[in-house]
Amino acid sequence: MPEDPKPEGAPVPESAPKPEAAAAPPAPPAAAPPAPKPAAPAAAKPAAPAAPKAPPVMMTEVWSSDLTEDLAEEFGGAISEFLKYQGQPFLVARPDAVLSILQAMKDNHEFDYLVDITAVHWPARDEQLDVIYIVYSFSRNERVRIKIKIKQGYKPLSATLLYPTADWLEREVYDMFGIEFEDHPNMKRILLPDEWSTFPLLKENGILKMDQQWVQENLGIESGQ
Amino acid sequence: MSGTFLDSTELVLNMGPQHPSTHGVLRVIVKLDGERVLGTECVIGYLHRGVEKIAENRTYTMFGPYVDRMDYVAAISNGLGYCLAVEKLLGVETTPRAAAVRVILTELNRIASHLLWLGTHALDIGAITPLFYCMREREAALMIFEKYCGARLTTHAFRIGGLQYETYEGFENECLEFCDMFLPKCDEYEELLTGNRIWVERLTNVGILNAEDCKAYGVTGPMLRAAGVAWDIRKALPYSGYEKYDFEIPTRENGDTFDRYMVRMQEMRQCVRIIRQAVGDIPAGPIMAKVPKVIKPPLGEVYVSVEAPKGELGYYLVSDGSTQPYRCRVRPPSYVNLQSLDKMARGSLVADLVAIIGTIDIVLGEVDR
Repeated sequence: MPEDPKPEGAPVPESAPKPEAAAAPPAPPAAAPPAPKPAAPAAAKPAAPAAPKAPPVMMTEVWSSDLTEDLAEEFGGAISEFLKYQGQPFLVARPDAVLSILQAMKDNHEFDYLVDITAVHWPARDEQLDVIYIVYSFSRNERVRIKIKIKQGYKPLSATLLYPTADWLEREVYDMFGIEFEDHPNMKRILLPDEWSTFPLLKENGILKMDQQWVQENLGIESGQ
Repeated sequence: MSGTFLDSTELVLNMGPQHPSTHGVLRVIVKLDGERVLGTECVIGYLHRGVEKIAENRTYTMFGPYVDRMDYVAAISNGLGYCLAVEKLLGVETTPRAAAVRVILTELNRIASHLLWLGTHALDIGAITPLFYCMREREAALMIFEKYCGARLTTHAFRIGGLQYETYEGFENECLEFCDMFLPKCDEYEELLTGNRIWVERLTNVGILNAEDCKAYGVTGPMLRAAGVAWDIRKALPYSGYEKYDFEIPTRENGDTFDRYMVRMQEMRQCVRIIRQAVGDIPAGPIMAKVPKVIKPPLGEVYVSVEAPKGELGYYLVSDGSTQPYRCRVRPPSYVNLQSLDKMARGSLVADLVAIIGTIDIVLGEVDR
């Protein structure tokens, strides 16, 4: 098996929440919302079995710079958190504000390159989907992630007018997660066939899940498996 | 005249999916007015294998070989990006020796990828000879991979935390020999093409994409540099020790097909420069950093990108603390760059469309994933 053949395995020192993650392996996806302060989880030691198993939390730090000050001033409550993980800054914003944040970052802070748009599905959460925008500024040499949390069925505004590259990126997000972007010029599937019925990267669709009807009609075979 | 078959209405044509100059299964729907292209639409997904879904169902280690199968002509770059992303998630850094060998193999792979591009691009345009020359030199690079790990294309050369194998006896010498052999060959290609009037006139002012459009369309790699933006992730956000090596970022101004050709040619020479420096200074030591036997990164998310031969190749990994990635998003340069095809092709001739598809340097395995 492809496991490490050389048993050198001392665990990495930084991975603080590791012992408890091992104790409760399938970390519920609900644990995802990043903690604003890195205070809570560190006290986890196997020596204290009586302590309630706090779900592991992402070990984030607060991110502050001139950019965060400007954005906080301009958007106030629309941005709930400025965080850093492993030195990479990201912010969590209200879904309806994301386009104006992108606009402000592009116009006032020279974030002129939209690297990527993607999504993550957290079925146990009320707001099931994260949509992540990654922007980069050539002049500042800085990369920032903007994250919004949306319920299924919510339609974020399309970023195509700000960044033409968002066209295919948003289409792929729609293709894989079923998130429709409002005002997108051509909101249809891109990688899968147009008539396909499922959204493969949603967690309820297993890896073997396919559109049986499509396969039978178009490929003339009983099943793709 | 109206109503006969000789009228001049617009014509919609399918190019591909099985068309030799689309470099794979790419279908381009072209709207033509005579010989002029009015607009294009790409239909992609023929090679979609659901790599991102597969990642969620494999352990971090097991997913390693899959990334080689996206951009299969630059598998080593893919592997490097993936390993760096998982290492970032784990909070480990590879050993100096592994980092140096990684750089050597990645740059050799960049040469191999550019050579394949050059050969096929020239072939599309009608110059058959360079293909054979390029394949010959590419073979020499692939032989080094084969000796190193037994595979030529889908190498899976790196492991999370370091290298798959220790380098073989004589690895350094063979790399240096390759460099010595390769530079005169570069001159040879340029003699065949750069000074060739047919080649120059065929490419100049074809498929122009200026710097502003490049940024708007998220276009990276040689295409961006041909438009005059000296941006290379190896310099801007160095990884794997690239900051130690002395090399230049070749740029051009016009952003047309000829400039992209020139940028890639010069990049190959820069690769040789990096390989020579790296080979001369491979530190001794272990090839693996201390990584746990079972890779189980703490809860978190990272985005790590590398300068692949085609542009910015990024991995956005989300860990839920288990042994499998909760989400593994690949930001493929070919996919994003291909989107600019319509912008470049509008107003050009059909024959130029073939040149423009070639100049983007796409690999459909990566576009469709």
